[in-house]
This record gives sequence, C-alpha cells and structure tokens, in this order.
Amino acid sequence: MTINTLSQDGVQRQQMPCLTKMERMIISMQDPDMGIKLRNQRLLITVIPHAMTGLDIVEWLIKKCSISDEEALHVGQLFVKYGYIYPLKEPRNLILKADDSSYRFQTPYYWMSTRWPASELDYAIYLAKKNIRKQGELIEYEKECYNALHKRINHTWDFVVMQAREQLRASKQRRKGDRIVLECQEQAYWLVNRPPVSPEHYKLTTLTKNTIIEHNRISLARNRVKSSICLESYVKYCEQYQPHDPIMQGCLPSNPWITDDIMFWNMNSETVALPTKLRVERWSFSFMELLNDQMGRKEFLTYLEKEFSAENLCFWQACEDVRHGETAKIPEKVDEVYKQFLAPGASRWVNIDSKTMEKTLEGLKRPHRFVLDDAQMHIYFLMKKDSYPRYLKSELYKNLLARAIVPQETKKSVFPFMRRQRHSSPSPALATQTAEDDGKAKYSNSNSGTASRL
Amino acid sequence: MCDQTFLAITFGPCDNCSQNKPLMNIYLKNEPINYCSLCVELMACQGLAKGETIHTLKAESETLKTKLEEERAKLHDVELHQVAEKIEALGQFVMKTRRTLKGHGNKVLCVDWCRDKRRIVSSSQDGKVIVWDAYTTNKEHAVTMPCTWVMACAYAPSGCAVACGGLDNKCSVYPLSLDKNENLAAKKKSVAMHTNYLSSCSFTNSDMQILTSSGDGTCALWDVESGQLLQSFHGHSADVLSLNLAPSETGNTFVSGGCDKKANVWDMRSGQNVQSFETHESDINSVKYYPSGDAFATGSDDATCRLYDLRADREVAIYSKESIIFGASSVDFSLSGRLLFAGYNDYTINVWDVLKGTRVAILFGHENRVSTVRVSPDGTAFCSGSWDNTLRIWA
Repeated sequence: MTINTLSQDGVQRQQMPCLTKMERMIISMQDPDMGIKLRNQRLLITVIPHAMTGLDIVEWLIKKCSISDEEALHVGQLFVKYGYIYPLKEPRNLILKADDSSYRFQTPYYWMSTRWPASELDYAIYLAKKNIRKQGELIEYEKECYNALHKRINHTWDFVVMQAREQLRASKQRRKGDRIVLECQEQAYWLVNRPPVSPEHYKLTTLTKNTIIEHNRISLARNRVKSSICLESYVKYCEQYQPHDPIMQGCLPSNPWITDDIMFWNMNSETVALPTKLRVERWSFSFMELLNDQMGRKEFLTYLEKEFSAENLCFWQACEDVRHGETAKIPEKVDEVYKQFLAPGASRWVNIDSKTMEKTLEGLKRPHRFVLDDAQMHIYFLMKKDSYPRYLKSELYKNLLARAIVPQETKKSVFPFMRRQRHSSPSPALATQTAEDDGKAKYSNSNSGTASRL
Repeated sequence: MCDQTFLAITFGPCDNCSQNKPLMNIYLKNEPINYCSLCVELMACQGLAKGETIHTLKAESETLKTKLEEERAKLHDVELHQVAEKIEALGQFVMKTRRTLKGHGNKVLCVDWCRDKRRIVSSSQDGKVIVWDAYTTNKEHAVTMPCTWVMACAYAPSGCAVACGGLDNKCSVYPLSLDKNENLAAKKKSVAMHTNYLSSCSFTNSDMQILTSSGDGTCALWDVESGQLLQSFHGHSADVLSLNLAPSETGNTFVSGGCDKKANVWDMRSGQNVQSFETHESDINSVKYYPSGDAFATGSDDATCRLYDLRADREVAIYSKESIIFGASSVDFSLSGRLLFAGYNDYTINVWDVLKGTRVAILFGHENRVSTVRVSPDGTAFCSGSWDNTLRIWA
C-alpha cells in the first residue's frame, strides 16, 4: 500500500481492496439459505428485528472457511472493526464476543466503500442531532470534536443545525423499532469512522512513463525452461538444506533464542578452531557456499597454495574489492590489480584466455567499476569447474570433515523456570573500530598471504 | 565528504520551452532533465510515429501480451503442488514469541538484521531509528531523523553503519559510534536523493553502495562516499514499494515490486529491466528471493503471496486462503526455502509451506498491522515489526 491516494492518471485509487472481499463475505452471510439465521432481539422494551448472536457468526465462519475457533473469532472481529457488523448492547465496544451477545448487519448505505471518506459536514450534523436530542449525551471526545468542528466549519453552522433539526423531525414520524434501528446504524457508522484517534490522510501525486511494447517484444524472444525442471530444483534445494534450517529441524546444541544459550553461535563463529560437521558439509553444496564462509575461503586458499594456483582466488577477491568498493579508489585499485595479476611477468600472473585478456587490457585504459568483470568471471568459473571439485575430493577437505564436531544437544535444565543470564556480545562496530585504529584494511586478510612459486 | 552531485530542481526555466514554471524531474535515455508539465505532456504524445494513435499502440500492446502469455504457457507442464506430492507433509508447527522489543513511540515500519545474527535496526513513524541487541533486548544506539515515517532502514554488511530514509526523500548513512557522548547525527552522510518518499533501501555486498527504491517510481544505485548516482532504474509506472538483491554467484540483479502490480527484475550494470511479472491484482508490498536465487516471492494488497520462477518466466504458485482478507505487507523465506513467513494487515503472521502451497500455521500476538517480517541471517529466528510499536522475535 502506498501513501498516494491518486494513481498516475489522477484518478482516485481504490482504497483498501480488502473491502470488496469483506463485502462479498458479508453478502454470503446474509444469504437466506446458506447464511446466518437471524432472529428478533429484545433491546430494553423494544424488539429489534434481524439480529444474530456472536456465536452464530463465529460458527458460520468456522464452517465456511474451514478454520479454527481462534481464527474465526479473529476474522469476525475484523468485520466488527470495519463497521460491517455492529453490536447492540454495548455499541461503543467494537468487539466480537462468541456468546449470545447480539449483533446486526450494517446497511450498505453506511458501508466503508460506499461512503469513503466520511465528511466533516455529515459528522457535524450527526453530533448536532445527538446534542439536540438529549442534552449531555455527547461523551468527552465527541464534545471536543463538536467544538472543533464548530470552529472549523463555522460558516456552514446554520445549515448544520437546520439539517439536524429536519432529520430529527423526520425520524420522529417513524415507528419506534425503525427509529432505534436507524439510530443504531448511524451510531455504529460514526464509531467506526470517527474513533477517538483519527487517521491521517496524505495527498501526493506521481508521474512516470515507460514503453511496454518494446519490453514485451524482448520478452517474447526469451529462452524459457520447462516448469517441471524448475520446480524439481526447488524440491531438491529444500531437501538439501532442511537439516541446516533451524526453524524446520532445530539446531545443535540448541536454538539460542529458545534456550538462552549462545553455544550455537560460539561454535559457528568465524574464528573457531574446529568447525561443525554441518558447516563443512554445506561447503560441498555449491562453490558460492564455500566462498561465502570466511573459514571455507581460508581452507580453500590453503588448498590452492598447495596446488600453486592461489593467485586465482586472490585475483577474484581483488576484483570483488573493485566492484563493491569506493568509486574514488577504483583507478588506483585497478592499477594495483594490473601490476600484481595481469601485467606480463607479474608476480601472481593469472591465466586468462587471450581474447578476454585483450578486452580487459583495452578497458584498463579507461578504468571503471566493471572493467574487470570478464576476467573475474573467467577465473571464477575456472575455479568452480576445476579446483573446487578437486578440493572436495582432497585429503584436506576429507580430513576436516572427519574431525568436524557434531555438537551435543543441550540437556534440558533441571530447573526449567530459572532463566539463564543473557550475555551481551561485543558490537561489530567496536571490532572494526579497533582494527581501523591498527591501520588494518577492512577487507579480508587472505590477500596478504604470499604464494611461492617454483 | 563530497558535495551532492544529484539535485532535484523544483522551480525554474524548463529545459524545453525555457519558461519559468514548476518543473518535473524526468529521464530521457537515463539522463535527468527538467521539463514543465506542459512539455512533459507534449513529449509523451510525440512518442507516436506516423499513422499511430494511442488506440493502435494499445491494440498492439494487447496482442503482444496475449502472445507472451501463450508462449509462457507452452512450457508449463506441471504444477508445483503436483511435484510436491511425494514430499512428506510438515508436522505440528510451534513457534512462539521469544523476545518483545519495546521502545518505539509509534508504528514500527521497517527492520533489518546485522550479519552477527543477533543485532537489528528498526525504524518507526516517530522518526527514530534504533539499533538493538535483540538477544538481550538492550538498545545500543538511537538516531532521531529529521522527518517522520522512516519507511526504510538497512544494516551495513560490516555492522558499522545503518542507512535509513522515508518522507525526507533521502537515504542517509549513519556510522555507528560506541562513544556515548557522540551524537550519531553529526557524522551522517546524505547519500540518495529522490523526488518522492523512500520506500526501501539495501546495501549491496559492501558498505560502499546502496540500492534504493522510491515513491517516485524509480530505483537507484548510489556510491556512499561521494553520494554519486551510479545507476538508475526506470520501468515502474507507479510507486516502487520494495526491492531485494539476488543471492546469485554474479550478484548482478535485483527484483522490485510496486503499486503498478508489477514485479521487475533488473540488471544492475546496465540499468535494464530484464524480466517483468504482472499477475497480482493489487499493489505489491514486498518482494523476496528464494534462497537459491532462481525464484522470488511477493506479498500484495490482494491478500495473496505468489511465487515467480525466473527460468520458467512465470508465476508458479499462489498462497491464499478464503479467510485471509487483508493484504500481506511483508514476506521472507526460512533458510531452506521450505517455509514462507508473511505478515498481514490483519495483525497476524501466516506461515506457508512453499512447496505444497498450504498454510502451516497462523501466529497471533501483534495488536496492530504487521508491517515487516525478516528472518535472521542464520535462520534461527525471525523478527516482526508492527504498528503496535513493538518488535517480536519468534523461534
């Protein structure tokens, strides 16, 4: 939902699409065959027709939407709040009670969608009527509103009073039962539309343009994949990650939010000596998972150093730094990358195919944020297709997996009602502040590793 | 700190007719220009070639749309719930409020997690942005913005700064200082400038770039240090309410949803709109990628959440129920992508089984609209913010 009330062509936007849905439900509630059974209700000395009990409403909702008690009460409550159903005995209390308290359907004349927004003039007339009918019948906030309106629309006050008198006279000529029903309906309408704290309205307009046709043409030419293949991939993904999803399957030793024990976070921190088994297993799901975990990245770098191809990962990291770093530092960073990785005879020369190398060197003449993209992509896929699968089969990885910890589930406390102390942790802002003070760079320190070549 | 290089001029000489008039800031081929409203109207009509009228263009647009739908339908050989039949159904689902964070003086509008998995930043209608350690429920920092309705806030990846914005049409970055005496507002950096309210903001992979979406119908990418506009994204015909960055290997795309009922996928490098989906019946309030990056979910005022697949280029699931009448304001996935948490305007949070399409649970607790729902970075809990001034952590 937006705070703008007009759409791009200046037409009033449909406020609250939920209102149409509510109205459809209300209409089906009043269906003579399938709806709620209405009866006459006694209110003091008069009989009000077509009333129902709160319990009727809740039961009908349970049957119609196949939902629980609690949810039916909640949905019914919303109908009362938005003025489609109003209570008879305590009209100021807009709550639905699932007992024999009486409720009635509001007439469509007063529905939110037909009378949006409720105008000040109408409200003034209503309050004036109440005031005239019985002196002192206005409650506190109504008195305040009445006085405020008197000041604000003073120029129309003669009209307001005249209308109020006319309407009261006309209503006196109706039967008592009808009169009470009409009063109830009107009162319910204003209780919904002028609650003690009124909402604010904003008015802003926007204007934008686009070409839909060109876009649709391009979309037609797109390559699409069969649904069955796409959907199967979700099933696989969910299955693969389910043991790692704490909300689905819990986490070992325990979920910190539930048991107030932060062992889980401590065991999975970046600087822990030995990682958990789940964490190491996750590195085998995809190359991105390995790189996203700082510890995984370090392990991979160690492996690459043994294979004498560590410059690939360092190059990739340097490119990331260019892509996501400060704009002002791009030229100097690109220059550094060139000197270290791309220049002929560079200390950490990376092996890129000649076409990409030519294109990159050409682009270096006018360095911009994405100038190293092609080269970075080439090296990334090289590592992904070659080094990564070999790493997963390597002794280094298998060793780590074998040594990795499977945490014990935290034993339930003997005194379950004693809450553990919740300790605070150092703020990440502090950690980097001290690092900055020491003159260290913000980015990972893998770059500072030296790879020796034969 | 450099000066702003992107300004919105509101009154002055029109770039076309040179008359002094109230100006509209529009884009021609990605260049910002200032035209008066009359010239904008004329220019809009000039888009027509010889022999074309608004009617012929509209007819052409309609035929293309129908053809597109036919092409999309050709490859649709199975429904998601059919594929999901062989999976085990989820058992009894129990989630409770584990922490309640009280302290905001008015409606909570947005929340974001820090990468340390326990801190959050939240923003509210009263103009306050608060950083909490959600685990201990302690407040660690508080910033008072010069405007009300701070609709967007984001935590920087390093954990050292927060970004926020709203009715001031700007996105500002506040470095977090632990010095109690320091006024955080003193070191604030104004980064983004839009011509309408800021609806959403997000850091990209580093502290140095911010992606924003605004009520003026555009999204934009900014450099934090200089405040320079790096790329702008045009294609929505109404307010853009939400955006989300793709968790892909190349990290180059993002999705946005707006009041024109469309969800658009953008390429960050070129600024092009690469894919567009329009099946919702009302405003899209929230968009979120599925963890694998191959799909995204949307929550809308039409009371449904939908799942769109990027490779199949179509909507693949609708999450709705007859008893859910009010719009969904915010959606997020659990870590494995099996569960979708959606906050609604009827004060509840519904939990959906993404694969089977059924509702797993309904969570009560908030006393007013749920405005935002975010799962923590390690998936152990999720946080919900509401118009009842509180935040709740559920696990």
